[in-house]
Amino acid sequence: MSVTVRVPTIMRGLTSGVAEVAVEGGTLAQVLAALDAAHPGTRGRVLDDGGRLRRFVNVYVGDEDVRFASGLDTPTPAGTLVSIIPAVAGG
Amino acid sequence: MTPPTMSVLPALHPSATQLPSGPATGLRCRECGATYPLAPEHVCVECFGPLEVDYDLDALRRVTRKSVAAGPPSMWRYVGLLPAGHDEATRVSLGAGMTRLHRADNLGRELGMRRLWVKDDSGNPTHSFKDRVVSVALSAAREFGFTTVACASTGNLANAVAAHAAQANLASVVLIPADLEAGKVVSTAVYGGTLVAVDGTYDDVNRLCAEIAGELPWAFVNVNLRPYYAEGSKTVGYEVAEQLGWRLPAQVVVPMASGSLLTKVDKAFGEFGTLGLVEPSPYAVFGAQASGCAPISAAFRAGHDVVTPVRPATIAKSLAIGNPADGGYALDSVRRTGGAVADVPDEEIVAGIRLLASTEGIFAETAGGVTVATLRRLLDGGLLDPAAETVLLNTGDGLKTLDAVAPVVGPTATIAPSLEAFRKAGLA
Repeated sequence: MSVTVRVPTIMRGLTSGVAEVAVEGGTLAQVLAALDAAHPGTRGRVLDDGGRLRRFVNVYVGDEDVRFASGLDTPTPAGTLVSIIPAVAGG
Repeated sequence: MTPPTMSVLPALHPSATQLPSGPATGLRCRECGATYPLAPEHVCVECFGPLEVDYDLDALRRVTRKSVAAGPPSMWRYVGLLPAGHDEATRVSLGAGMTRLHRADNLGRELGMRRLWVKDDSGNPTHSFKDRVVSVALSAAREFGFTTVACASTGNLANAVAAHAAQANLASVVLIPADLEAGKVVSTAVYGGTLVAVDGTYDDVNRLCAEIAGELPWAFVNVNLRPYYAEGSKTVGYEVAEQLGWRLPAQVVVPMASGSLLTKVDKAFGEFGTLGLVEPSPYAVFGAQASGCAPISAAFRAGHDVVTPVRPATIAKSLAIGNPADGGYALDSVRRTGGAVADVPDEEIVAGIRLLASTEGIFAETAGGVTVATLRRLLDGGLLDPAAETVLLNTGDGLKTLDAVAPVVGPTATIAPSLEAFRKAGLA
């Protein structure tokens, strides 16, 4: 079973408008690499030139913000939903 | 990489036409500088950076002290410096702004300060500074052709969106954490829009809204309308300067949740100087957080410029944003101006509320308690100059957070309705 990546609106230009993409990968880093192989350019939107998560993007594995887990090393077991979401301001 | 110019964003909104005849010219990414046309969008396609409104400086220069004074007694007197609301027919306003600048001599004496002011934004129509940002955001929403407005909120924004939407005949959908103070829930529900209590923290609610905003053609004031919304906060800074007699204070203390308000007060002071509306003079911006949710304060102390998210646990729910989107920019403002950031535990927040109430007759919500208590900490730590003129922002009304002080204040005595009982209780 694969991992599902939910792609935010602003990245769907790179996924032919598709909102959810199924890829393989045991960690978030592997998932992003697989996503980039299927839809070139996606990894560079989420990670900066140093390969770190960009400041204004939040990535969730299930309900867990990966910054509270193991970042790019966060495990992504089969069936997991990975959500890429822009950071938003306060209220 | 060369920043792209005028990239086309995937549109999810009724129209992306230019806003009517204001000084705003487009949107610009604060991170990479990419530019976009004015549209209900908040994120840079290239780097996820936040988009900010760009202005035509010549158009801004048309604003003079005289033109401001001739405007209405509300935040809309500064319309020439705002990105929306230029057509009075579509402007959404309940009359927010021009709240009092209160000279706080008693509190100043208590804290050993020479001249202290409280900018009291509890006097706004729904009793918090959020009326300012919502008034701009809903004006922009109407101009873009939206019929439904929405937000994620810690309470104050919920009140402001529901009230302004009701008056403007816009449908509203407000999402709040389910554990919000009862006062804020009731004072949102009363306006009659859709109110959704989400079983999670504010950050969870915010995440949900970011996802909904990607799917539905709604104007989320603090998501897709955020560039316009955030500009409304500048009016607090403009008013402080005008009310001081067209000059800047030496120090200003601002509560921080996302950090946006602090950056916009800084921006307002800077703009007034650039536009010649005040004599440019040095000022320092100080940030206040609750220790139970102090990611910006922690980054300041550690000397970092990137803010690490935390899980909030504080009574100051209106400041309980664990992942502050503008935290890095707030740190930039504080450091650039020679200010500082500090945080205070819940018991000091309650003490801060009581101190402001008992010295100045101002009942602040928990965020105001945070700001007063942080001011004391900054003074004790030698980080804030007690001799320099200081403005403290109170952003909301204490009636919204009665739960915070109810356990520690109450009747001095409970007696039978007789003179004898009154005397016996030692009250005479």
